[in-house]
Amino acid sequence: MPIRMELLVCGGTGCQASNSNRVLEVLREEIKNANLENEVSVLMTGCFGFCEKGPIVKVMPDNVFYVEVDEDSARKIVAEHVVKGRVYQEKLYVEPDTHEKLPEQSKIPFYKKQLRIALRNCGKIDPENINEYIAADGYMALGKVLTEMTPEGVIDVVKKSGLRGRGGGGFPTGVKWEATRKSKSDIKYVICNADEGDPGAFMDRSILEGDPHSVLEGMAIAAYAIGAQFGYIYVRAEYPLAIHRLRIAINQARELGLLGKNIFGTDFSFDVEIKIGAGAFICGEETALINSIEGGRGEPTVKPPYPAQVGLWKKPTNINNVETFANVAPIILNGADWFASIGTEKSKGTKVFALAGKVNNVGLVEVPMGTTLREIIYELGGGIRGGKKFKAVQTGGPSGGCIPAEYLDTPIDYDNLTALGSMMGSGGMIVMDEDDCMVNIAKFYLEFSCDESCGRCTACRVGNKRLLEILNKITEGKGEMEDLEMLKELAETVRDSSLCGLGQTSPNPVLSTMKFFYDEYLAHVRDKECPAGVCKELLKYYIIPEKCVGCTACAKVCPVNVIHGEPKKVHVIDRDGCIKCGQCYKTCRFGAITRK
Amino acid sequence: MIKSLEELKKIREQYKDTLQNREAEDKNIKILVGMATCGIAAGARNTINAIIEEIRNENIDNAVVVQTGCMGFCYAEPTVEVRMPNSEPILYGKVDSEKAKEIVKRHVKNGEVIREWVLRG
Repeated sequence: MPIRMELLVCGGTGCQASNSNRVLEVLREEIKNANLENEVSVLMTGCFGFCEKGPIVKVMPDNVFYVEVDEDSARKIVAEHVVKGRVYQEKLYVEPDTHEKLPEQSKIPFYKKQLRIALRNCGKIDPENINEYIAADGYMALGKVLTEMTPEGVIDVVKKSGLRGRGGGGFPTGVKWEATRKSKSDIKYVICNADEGDPGAFMDRSILEGDPHSVLEGMAIAAYAIGAQFGYIYVRAEYPLAIHRLRIAINQARELGLLGKNIFGTDFSFDVEIKIGAGAFICGEETALINSIEGGRGEPTVKPPYPAQVGLWKKPTNINNVETFANVAPIILNGADWFASIGTEKSKGTKVFALAGKVNNVGLVEVPMGTTLREIIYELGGGIRGGKKFKAVQTGGPSGGCIPAEYLDTPIDYDNLTALGSMMGSGGMIVMDEDDCMVNIAKFYLEFSCDESCGRCTACRVGNKRLLEILNKITEGKGEMEDLEMLKELAETVRDSSLCGLGQTSPNPVLSTMKFFYDEYLAHVRDKECPAGVCKELLKYYIIPEKCVGCTACAKVCPVNVIHGEPKKVHVIDRDGCIKCGQCYKTCRFGAITRK
Repeated sequence: MIKSLEELKKIREQYKDTLQNREAEDKNIKILVGMATCGIAAGARNTINAIIEEIRNENIDNAVVVQTGCMGFCYAEPTVEVRMPNSEPILYGKVDSEKAKEIVKRHVKNGEVIREWVLRG
C-alpha cells in the first residue's frame, strides 16, 4: 500500500532542543494505535528555518504547517488531522497583524520572499537517506560533470554563474577553482570549511544536518574541476548532529560508489574524511584551518602563497565554505545563466541569513541577493519584538559592523555591506532595538575577538585588549574625550597591521558604531550617561513625583535603604548610596521610577 | 554500486514516488476524499488507497490526493471531489475502489467527467 500522507518533523538542532524527537515518537505511536502505519508515515527532516516557532511538523500532501508542536498537540494532530481529515486549528501559525490562521507554509510571511537554493532540500528530505536525495535529483550534477563535461568546462560554468564564497570574503568561486586547477601537482585537495564560528550564525550547521549530500556532491564536483583526489570536511566538535549525519552520508555515498574509486565508471576517484576541530574561531581562516588539519597550532600563515598554490601538506588546495558547495549542484543542473539571473550585478544567487536578536521571527532565511535589510527584518522577521524602535542591525559577526536605520533600504550584497563598514560574513544578522547600547555591543564583539585571537600578531593580541580596556573605561563612566580619539586610532592600527582576516576586521564593530552612533559614545564620555540604560555604572534612578503614590514598596525592597519618604507621600532616592541594583525599578507598579 | 548516469537515473525513478507527497505544492490537480466518520464507515480508506495506487500506475505526477472532513453528503459516502485547473470542482458520490480507479483513468487522466456518478458540479 503506498504511503498517502507524510508528517515531516523538523530534526534540526533547534527543534530537537525543543523536544522534536519526542514529538516524532508520539506521532508514530498514535498513528500505530490508529492502525494507519501502512498508509501514513512520520519522518525526520532537516531544519525548516522557522526556529522561533519550533518544533515544526508539516503534513503532506495536505500542505499544512504546524508550529510549536508538543506531545499533547502531536496526539491532537493525529486524532483530528490524520484520522478525521480536519486541520487542527490550535497549532497553525497566526499572522500577528490580522490574527488570521495560515495553514500553508508558502503563505506565511516568513517564507514569502524566500528562495531556497542552498537550503532546497532542508525540511523536504530525510537527510539520513541517500535515496531521497537521489530522488530530488541528487548526484545528477556530479554524473553530468563526470560523463559530459571537461574540468575546464565546469570551471567555466561556475565562473559564469557569478558564485562567490559564502563564508565571508566573497571571493569568486570559479576563479579560486581555476587557480587550483592551474597549479601543477600530482596530489591536490578539496577542503570544506565547516568551522562556522560567528556568534548566532548556524546556516552551515543546518545545511550539514538537513542535506549533507549536497555538500559532498559539491565537493566532488570541485575535486573533478581542480584535479583533486581527496577531500576534508573541517567541522567543529560543537556540531555533533552535523557530524553524525555527515558520517552517515559519507558511508551511504561510498556504498553506492558515489565516493571512492572510479566514480560513474570514469577515471575519477574521490573520497572524503571528516576532521573535527576543537572550536577555535581562528580555524575558520583558511591557512589556520590547514595548520589545524596538519596537526599544528591553529595559526594563520602569510599569503601568498595562497592555498591554491601551497596548501594542505604543501599541495595545492581548494577551500570553500559549506553553503558555497551546496550551491554547486543546482548551478551545474540549471546552468550558469539561471544562477546569474538571480541577485544583483556583482552578487549572484541567494544568501542564507541567520536572523537573530530583537526580531519577532528568529530563524534561518534564504533570500535572493539584493533583498533589502528592511524586507528581511520587517517582512520575513516580522518586525521588532514588542513594537520597539529599530536601532541597528549587526551583520558579519565579529568581523562586521552595525548598520543604522537610515540604511535599511540598502539592497544586501557583498559590496554594499562592505561600503557601509560592515560585511556579509557568513550571514549572521543580529537586530538591535532602542534598548541596546551600541558601545556595549562593540564591547561584546571585541571581547569575542580578544578571546579568539591566536596571539600571533602583536597588533591583534595586544591591540584588541587595549581597545577593550578603553571601552570598559567608557562604559564605567570613566572615559575622557581623548579616549575616543585613541580608540579610533588604535582600531585603525589593529586593522592595518594584522596578518589575517580576524585581526584586520576585529575593530569593525568599534569603527562602525563610532561612525554611526558617535552621539552614544559622546553621551557615555561627556555626559556620563548611557542613553539605552544598559551600562550599569552610568545609570541613575529617579522617582517621578507626579506618579509616585507613596506605597513604600520601593523603600521596602531597597537593599541599601537609600529610598526615603513617608507612606502616601512622594518618595526620593538618595543617589549617593545607590548601588543601582534596579530592584526599585522592577518593583514599582506605578511606573514612577525611571532610569537614564 | 552506481557505474553510470543511467544507473543513477534508475534509482531516481525508483524513489521518485517517495517525494510525490512532499511536492504537493507544485501540483495543479487536487483530489479530495471525504474521510470523516461517515466516509470511513462507508469504506473511504479503500477508496483513497485505490486512487493513490491508480495514480501511481498511470504515472500521473501532477495530482495530489488529500483527505478532507465531512461535506454533508453522508448518505452518498464515500465522496470524492476532483479539482482540475480552470474548471469547476466535480463531486462524485458512492465511490468504491472500482469507481475510484475509473475516475482516475477517465476524469483525472483524460478530463472526462463521468456524469452518472456526479453528485454535484
